[in-house]
Order: sequence, then structure tokens, then C-alpha cells
Amino acid sequence: MATIRFEGVRKTYPNGHVAARGLDLAVSDGEFVVLVGPSGCGKSTALRMLAGLETPTAGRILIGDRDVTTVPPQERDVAMVFQSYALYPHMTVRANMGFGLRMRGAAPDRIATRVAEVARALGLEQVLDRKPGQLSGGQRQRVALGRAIAREPQVFLFDEPLSNLDTKLRVETRAELARLHRRLRATIVYVTHDQEEAMTLGDRVVVMHDGAIEQAAPPMEVYRRPATLFVAGFVGSPEMNFLPQSDGTLLGVRPQDVAVVAPGAGEYQGIVDVVEPRGSEQLLYVRTGEVDAGRELRVIAPPDLTVAPEQPVGLRLDPASLHRFDPGTGRRLA
Amino acid sequence: MPRTEPRGAEEREARLGWAMVSPAVGTILLIALFPLGWTVWESLHLHDLRMPWLGRPFIGLDNYIEALGDQRFREALVHTLVFTLASVTLELTLGCVLALAMNRAFRGRGLVRAAILVPWAIPTVVAALIWRFMFDGDSGIVNAALSSLGVDPPVWFVDRLAAWVPVILGDVWKETPFVALLLLAGLQGIDASLYEAARIDGASAWRQFRYITLPLLKPALLVALIFRTRDAFRVFDLVYVMTGGGPGTATEPIALYTFTSLLQNLRFGYGSALSVLVFLVAFLLAVGYIRVVGADLTGERR
Amino acid sequence: MSRGARWAALAVGLLVLATAFPFYWTVVASLTPEARLFQAPSLLPTGLVLDHYRALFVERAFWVPIRNSLVVAGCTTIFSVLVGSLCAYALARLRFRGKVPLLGLVLAVSMFPQISVVSPLFLLLRSLRLIDTYPGLILPYLTFALPLTVWLLVGFFRQLPAELEEAAMVDGAGRLRAFREVIVPVAVPGLAATAILTFVYSWNEFLFALSFTLGPERQTVPVAIALFRGQYQVPWGQVLAAAIVATAPVAALVLAFQRRIVQGLTAGAVKG
Repeated sequence: MATIRFEGVRKTYPNGHVAARGLDLAVSDGEFVVLVGPSGCGKSTALRMLAGLETPTAGRILIGDRDVTTVPPQERDVAMVFQSYALYPHMTVRANMGFGLRMRGAAPDRIATRVAEVARALGLEQVLDRKPGQLSGGQRQRVALGRAIAREPQVFLFDEPLSNLDTKLRVETRAELARLHRRLRATIVYVTHDQEEAMTLGDRVVVMHDGAIEQAAPPMEVYRRPATLFVAGFVGSPEMNFLPQSDGTLLGVRPQDVAVVAPGAGEYQGIVDVVEPRGSEQLLYVRTGEVDAGRELRVIAPPDLTVAPEQPVGLRLDPASLHRFDPGTGRRLA
Repeated sequence: MPRTEPRGAEEREARLGWAMVSPAVGTILLIALFPLGWTVWESLHLHDLRMPWLGRPFIGLDNYIEALGDQRFREALVHTLVFTLASVTLELTLGCVLALAMNRAFRGRGLVRAAILVPWAIPTVVAALIWRFMFDGDSGIVNAALSSLGVDPPVWFVDRLAAWVPVILGDVWKETPFVALLLLAGLQGIDASLYEAARIDGASAWRQFRYITLPLLKPALLVALIFRTRDAFRVFDLVYVMTGGGPGTATEPIALYTFTSLLQNLRFGYGSALSVLVFLVAFLLAVGYIRVVGADLTGERR
Repeated sequence: MSRGARWAALAVGLLVLATAFPFYWTVVASLTPEARLFQAPSLLPTGLVLDHYRALFVERAFWVPIRNSLVVAGCTTIFSVLVGSLCAYALARLRFRGKVPLLGLVLAVSMFPQISVVSPLFLLLRSLRLIDTYPGLILPYLTFALPLTVWLLVGFFRQLPAELEEAAMVDGAGRLRAFREVIVPVAVPGLAATAILTFVYSWNEFLFALSFTLGPERQTVPVAIALFRGQYQVPWGQVLAAAIVATAPVAALVLAFQRRIVQGLTAGAVKG
């Protein structure tokens, strides 16, 4: 396995679009790192540069101790699982999975053994002689996975591999990926736009925005101590509330950290606008006329609390879970 | 490690790109561009192979001047334009009708498509002969049919105007399928829900056609127009075999006159000038279309 | 059937009839004995004979032009698909400067009227002693075959998902290897359509064949038919029999592969 380093990586396209503004990141051997952010944030570009499918305009990329910045993909010893799986439609599953080994000149019997091994591990023995067109979505996903695993590469790259699956399958496959990581002890770089996925899968989460890394830290740290306004608003569902303060800073508080109290009590007063029952909790939208005309706070309330639209309520913020940000720089203040 | 490592994937890709492109481009340069350049150069010289003692002096634009004053050339130009106008109009209209009709899913559509493709696929020479035979004075079916209807048919290939009829019909018969299939593909790209919305809004079939079909079909129509005009302008095979340009030179298009000048009269200089003129007009027509209808397209996209 | 569907069916029926009738008539005439050809024609004749077809092959050795056409069209197709697919792939997938002008060049060349290049090609071929030879036709045919294959295949390659090559490259294949192992097999339908179209255009070509061959030994089918001359008048029976024979192979190709052909034609054209 191997380590990965991005050093000052920049990527500007000929049309002027800046996809990466000086990325610096170090991934340790065996770490599962998730690049997450909204579309256009540069996460896919970063992944592709790691794969060798794009070349940085400036900076270096190292895999292990090797500077691979200008090395073509076929010489990098990374494996990639694409969003669309990109299985070779004219080859059988067996041939698909053996392709990488064949390209590297492995002996046919070695290829056969290895493919059989991987097929067994992924439950694909029955379909080895079928073509991708004859498989279900879930099976295709596993073949894509198998193709990557069969090669025993230094690094695994995943480009939004779960977005084509339905929710149930997605959750199942997520668990499988986590298991896989434990078993293979592989270095994995994973790209997704789904912050929930990022939080559940990654050893570390790298939140990206507009070509830059906003924060790279373990999931709990990103959740509890977001480094910037963007990260605070991006991670966690429902979205964090931001309340302008009299000293010009922004106070951030998660809906889960706001308690509904009697009108008159608590730091803020408001009128309930919408109530969304969610089974294990209720999501309330509360209008507070105070801070901004018509500003709405999102509040998570216990399921048994009786509350109805137009009802006046008081809101108390949990003092241990407050975040302060500078609205100008977006950086965390406390 | 190689002595000079290329700077990244982009340079490698560029070199591979040029390598893959060069056989085709090289061949094209050699057998297409170079000859065309030669033709242009030749058109500026006096070069009559029947009179080699005159040499090959440079005469500038004299050939072109002669062409513009050449009665036969002017007539050939008119013939070509008339032919182009008539056949392209007919082909586009019929093709559109056919495409609309075929757009309704019905059984055997594949078979119909295949059947109407056959005229397009056969050599023009064959099409010309087939139509020539049908319009033949004695054994032709057309005359027999007309006579049985009480109509007195003209002597098709002797009458200066009537000779155009089999020529144009033959071209329409051969080329309409291509236009129809092109337009059909365009039609199939139009979202069906647009028509449903229009129907709910109360639009008649004609209005649906005028306000939905026609505008959205414009790209395909444009392509069909350009292709057909370009080809109609260069018409040669059909006329050479069907009428030989006759009677006399009544149906002679530009390409045939050029051919005659070059390979029969052996006036290479003059013939080259004529072929450059043919090229220029075909080219300008194409550019003109793109300008006019293309601008219309972008204007409408607002 | 709704009224709209009815007129549509009628229109289609009429047009299919108009398409087929000339063929029908030609077949009938080609089977009609010479004497009767010059009498009043009838739609449903009797007493059909194969005389003309026999004469075609026995007296006129029509198999010679057929052989020539097969060789020329075949070689043109093979060469232009091979060379053209490399070029088209590079234009569709690789990034390098000068791509747009190159595409423009290809399009422009396809716009040349053949007549504009006949004389220099004639002189060029003559100086290379290639008049009345197979290469002497194949080379000029490339002037339209190459732009055609490149144009069609660029459109086709563009439609293939880019991730296929990327996956192959990450898996360890270089660009060319990825092209050979992954792209080409997947592109077979497009390559087939392009090959068929190129073959058809080459088979049907007339002007170059007329200008660059001298005698029956190398003339192609269209030229041979056009130059049929009887003693006193056009031998229509044989001419039409030859027409049917010339038509049969391309008609068969078209009928068998109509879907592929239409896809190839319209994909390249409508998408631009």
C-alpha cells in the first residue's frame, strides 16, 4: 500500500476555469479519505489528477515516494471505480476483471486464479461468463469493484460509485465498502457529493469548495468543530442555523442543539411556521421576527412535543454547542 | 528513463493525436488539396493539349473572363441553377411529407425504410438508365400510360424543355429517400410531450406543424438543404447517361461542360477555370445557408 | 385508424409504389425478349426469357467489370476505414491544437466537386503510369472515401462514453492499446455502417472511373453499363439486365443493414 501527497496542486483549464487552487493534502497508508463537496467544487478533478487522467498545471502529486505528476495512468498502479462503472461491454465478467492483470503481463493461470478468488469474495462466481449487459445494477457495481481489487493496486480511487444505486442498495453497499477497507487495509480516496456518505465511510473527510480544501479532518471533528462557514453549512442535516450577532459575527447552531421552551423563556422568541413529523423527531421551522425580518430557524424537537403552526414558542440554544464565524473570511472564531 | 520526459499527459496526447491523424491527412493533402491547388494554378494559364506548340503561358484571369462571356457556360449555369432549384424543392417537400408519414409508428417501418433506401443506394448511372428507358419514345411505359389517358406525350429527349422532366424526376426518385430519412431522424428528436401540450392548448394539426415541427426541424432541414444543394450543383452522372447534355446542350449542367472542356476538348486551362468556378459557387452556397438559417437558429434560441 | 394515420399510410403506400415501380419495370424489361421490347409495353407481360442475362455474361463478359468494381470498392473501403478510424478517433477523443481546422479541412474536401480535381489527378496518375489500373482508381476514390469515413466515425466515436478508455488506461493500457482492445470492439456497429456506406459510394462512383480507365479490362460496373453500345441502337434488354445485376449487391446490402446505415448517416449529419 502507499501514501499519497498533494503539494500545491493547481489546475486551470484553457477556458479559464480554475478547478484546483493549491491543494495540499497528505493521505497515510491504509487511510480511507473522502473528498466531499457540491458539484463543481473540484473533487472529481482532484481524483482524476491522482489517477493521471488530468495533469496539474502546477504542483506535485506523490504516490508512495514517487512523483507521479506527469506519469501516465497506466504506469501509476492505481485502480479506479467509475460512477458509471465503465465495464467493457464486449468482454465477459471474467475478462473484465482480468483485464488489468493482462495489461501488466501476468501469466494466464495467475490471472485465472486471482479472478476466481475475487469473484468468490464478491459473490460473482455465477456470472463470470456473462457480459455486463446481462447483469443487474448491483452486480455491475460489484464487477467494477472486482476489477479494481483483482489488480492489488497501491491505491483505490472511487468516483461517486454509489450514486447510480437505489437507496437500499446504496446503504448495503456502503457497509460492504467499509468491510472491504478493513479487510484489504487499502489506501482509498473516495469522491462523493453526499455528506452523509462521507461522514459514515471516511477515516477522514476532506470538504472541498470552489477548488480549495476547506477542512480535512475525521468526521466527528468536521461535525463538531467545522473550520469554516461553508463546512458548517454543508455537513449535517438539516443545515445549521446562522444567526447574525450584534458584534458582526455569525453564530452557528445546529437544529439538534436548539430546544423548544415556553414563550418568553430562552434566547429567542418565534412563531412556528411548519411542522414536519419525521418519526423519531420533528423538524420545526420557526419564524423569528427578531434578528432578521422573516428569518426562519430550523429546530429538531422530540417526537412527543405538542406543537402546531402559529404557536408562539421560546428557543434556547445549547451553550456547549455553539459555533462562531467571521462572516467576511468564513473562518471559525471559537 | 527516457532522456527528455514530455511535460505531462497533454503533450503525449498531442503527439499521439498528430500521429494518428497524419496518414489520413497526408493522403487527403496529396490527392485532394494538392490537385485542387494545381487546378487553381492551372486555371491561370493557357493550356490546350490539342495545341501543344502554344506552350503553357500564364494569362492571369483571362480564362475566367472568357468563361463569363461564354454563352454556353452561362447557359450551363442557368441549367444547373434551374435543376438545383427544382429538384431540391421537390426533394425537400416530398421528403418532409414522407418523413412525417413515416414518423407514425407502424408495423413494417423498417421494411419501408429499407425499400425506399434502394434507389439511393444504386449507382446513379443505373437510375439514369432506368428512367431513360421509362421515358423512351417507343417502348417507354410513360408514353404508353399518357397515351392511354388521351394525352399526347412530347418527344422527351428531343424537346429542349421536356428533356428536363425525366432528369429532374430521376434525381428526385433517387435522392428523396436520403432527405426523408434525415428529416425522419430530426422528427424523432422532437419531444412528444410538446405536441401533447399543444393539443391540450387546442392547437390544430397545421398549427402544431407550423409552430412546433417546423422550427425544431430546422437543423435537419438545413443539413438536408446543404447536402442536396451541393450535390445537385455538381450533378454529372445522371445527365451524362440520360441525355448526354442534350438535345444539343439543352440540359448541359456546369459539371458536364467542364468535363467536356477538360477531357474531350482538352482545354485544360479553361476547363480548370470552369471547375474552380463550380467549386466556388458550391462553397458559397453552403456558407450562405449556414449564415442565413444558422443566424435564424440562434436568434430563435432566445 | 384515425384520419391522420390513414393519410399517412396512403402517402407511404404511394411513395413505396413510386419507389418500387421503376425497379419492377426494369426487371420485367430485362426479362422480355428483344423483339418485344420495341412494341407497346404491358404491365404484366408473359413469355419471359433469360436471354439478356445470358448474353451479358457470355457475350459481354460482364463479370469483368463486376470483378473490377469489387476490387476497387473493396480496397477503398478497407483502406479508408483503417486509416480513417485512426484519424477519427484522434479527432474525437484526443486533445491537441489544430483539431478544429483539421475537421474543417475534412469537411471542406468533401465539398469539392469531383470535376475540380479530375484533370490534375489525371495528369498525376498518368505520370505515375497508373491510368487504367486498380491503384489508379483506388487513390482518387480516397478523395471522397476518407472524408466520408472520418466524418461518420468522428460522430460515432464522440458518442462512446469517455470513461471506457479512461478505465482501460487506469487498468494499464496505453492509449493505442485501449483503442485496439476496448474502443474498436465496441465501435463495430459504427465501423460496419461506415464500411457499408463507403463501399456503396465507391461501387456507384462514375466520373473518376470514366476518366481514369481506358478499356474494358479495368472499367467498373457503372462505366461498363453506361458505355454499352449496340450495333445500331442501345441494347436495352442487356443494359437493363446489367442494371439489375449492378443493383443487386448494393440493394442486398442496404436491405440487410438498413438500420445501421440510417444510424450512421443521420448521426453524423444531424448532430453536425
